[in-house]
Amino acid sequence: MRLSTIGYCLQQGFKNIWRNKMFSLASTATMAACIFMFGIFFCIVENFQHFVREVEEGVAITVLFEQGTSEEEIQEIGDRIGQRDEVRQVVFVSAKVAWESYKDVYFKDMPELADGFVDDNPLANSANLEIYMNDVASQQGLVDYISSMDQVRKINRSDVVADMLTGFNRLVSYVSVAIIALLLAVSVFLISNTIAIGISVRKEEIAIMRLIGAKNSFIKAPFLIEGVVIGLVGASIPLGILYYLYNRMILYIAVKFGILTNVLNFIQVNELFRTLVPVGMALGVGIGFFGSIFTAQRHLKV
Amino acid sequence: MIALENVVKSYPNGVGAINGVSLHIKRGEFVFIVGDTGSGKSTLIKLLLKELEPTEGKVRVNGVNLARMRKRMIPKYRRKIGCVFQDFRLLKDRNVYENVAFAQRVIMTPTKEIKKNVPAMLSLVGLAEKYKSYPRQLSGGEQQRVALARALVNSPDILLADEPTGNLDPKTSREIMKLLEEINARGTTVLVVTHDQDIVNTMKKRVIRMQKGIIVGDERESGYIG
Repeated sequence: MRLSTIGYCLQQGFKNIWRNKMFSLASTATMAACIFMFGIFFCIVENFQHFVREVEEGVAITVLFEQGTSEEEIQEIGDRIGQRDEVRQVVFVSAKVAWESYKDVYFKDMPELADGFVDDNPLANSANLEIYMNDVASQQGLVDYISSMDQVRKINRSDVVADMLTGFNRLVSYVSVAIIALLLAVSVFLISNTIAIGISVRKEEIAIMRLIGAKNSFIKAPFLIEGVVIGLVGASIPLGILYYLYNRMILYIAVKFGILTNVLNFIQVNELFRTLVPVGMALGVGIGFFGSIFTAQRHLKV
Repeated sequence: MIALENVVKSYPNGVGAINGVSLHIKRGEFVFIVGDTGSGKSTLIKLLLKELEPTEGKVRVNGVNLARMRKRMIPKYRRKIGCVFQDFRLLKDRNVYENVAFAQRVIMTPTKEIKKNVPAMLSLVGLAEKYKSYPRQLSGGEQQRVALARALVNSPDILLADEPTGNLDPKTSREIMKLLEEINARGTTVLVVTHDQDIVNTMKKRVIRMQKGIIVGDERESGYIG
């Protein structure tokens, strides 16, 4: 296409929007509402996953070994486990460290009682490995792998926490996907309606174009531009509003509910929007583009 | 240039618009197609524009069988055919210049050429002064001239005119026909579908008479009645 033709198509696309003001406005508003809802869910899901990740980081599997397994052997096993993808960190807890922490907890008030064990560590066979994972959901696979080792006596793990986190995470993701899919369908429907009305308004012009010998792509181009522009505007407005609101919300929570910030550590606005802006824009432009291309395809047959 | 061989066109409801038409039109000819309403004249124009497909028979234009033409080639084919209609079919929201330029825009002509071609075409149809006027500001005859300029600006091989004087008074009709004659003299094949007996009788051109979807007369330098 020549530059002058592209310019002409762009001009016609904007003219379509202007001629069809009310419907264009309705489509942009619906698109904005959908992207706004999408943005809210995105912020919730991302922050929730962020919280979950933080909680997961504190969930560990403890591996205890058979009597007679040397600390060198345990460390070697720890190295092997550490090489697995799902493992984030392996901490070796020697018998000495295990006893020290036990002592700190149970002999806190009577340290003299613990002195009787100075040369005879009662937890001599309790050197263990604490394993932290990247994703709690992969816990079962890792436990199966570790259980298959001969030296392993016992594995302590938290099934309840792992299951609860995994289940809740999955539920939030499913609900979000369902709601977003519904909103997207509504957006596509409205864009499609706007384009269909635009086509019917320009019916005569399109008929003349055909008689004169305009290519289908030339006839469709202004409608695609119309859809993409509606998508762009419909995505930019809610993203701007969300940026402002999210920032305000984090500040508000930090000021009003200072205690909560220790428990709920929100993702910083710039970090969150580094993903949300391109995804939101792609969504808006994508809905606009595909909504209009399908409609134009259906209504503009040679 | 245009050849129809035993062409039949029936509509899905079973009504036959054309019932076995064969005709040949040479390059540079000026031909009137006359007949009553429902005689099949407009269907003939639609077949030539490849807006309709014949039920039977062959339609050839410039040696090409239209039935074998690929869909994507239709726009290119239509660029070689200019069209004018009884209701002018101008874009009401664009001025005279833009209406004529529109025909060049849709075939992606560079702006530089459009700026050269459109004024030349408006001069040919005698509307150079009115290039800024909108269709509502023009008389019927002037609107038909704009439609002619738009049909001719892409230098078509064939000009199809479907009742071009249907909405015009006799004097304006004669002016439009004179213009069509000039266009024909420049080498464009002209096909005029009309009811206008006076025009046909005055111009003494080839006349193809249609009735109930068949050709009932084809005479050179004839009149409406024949």
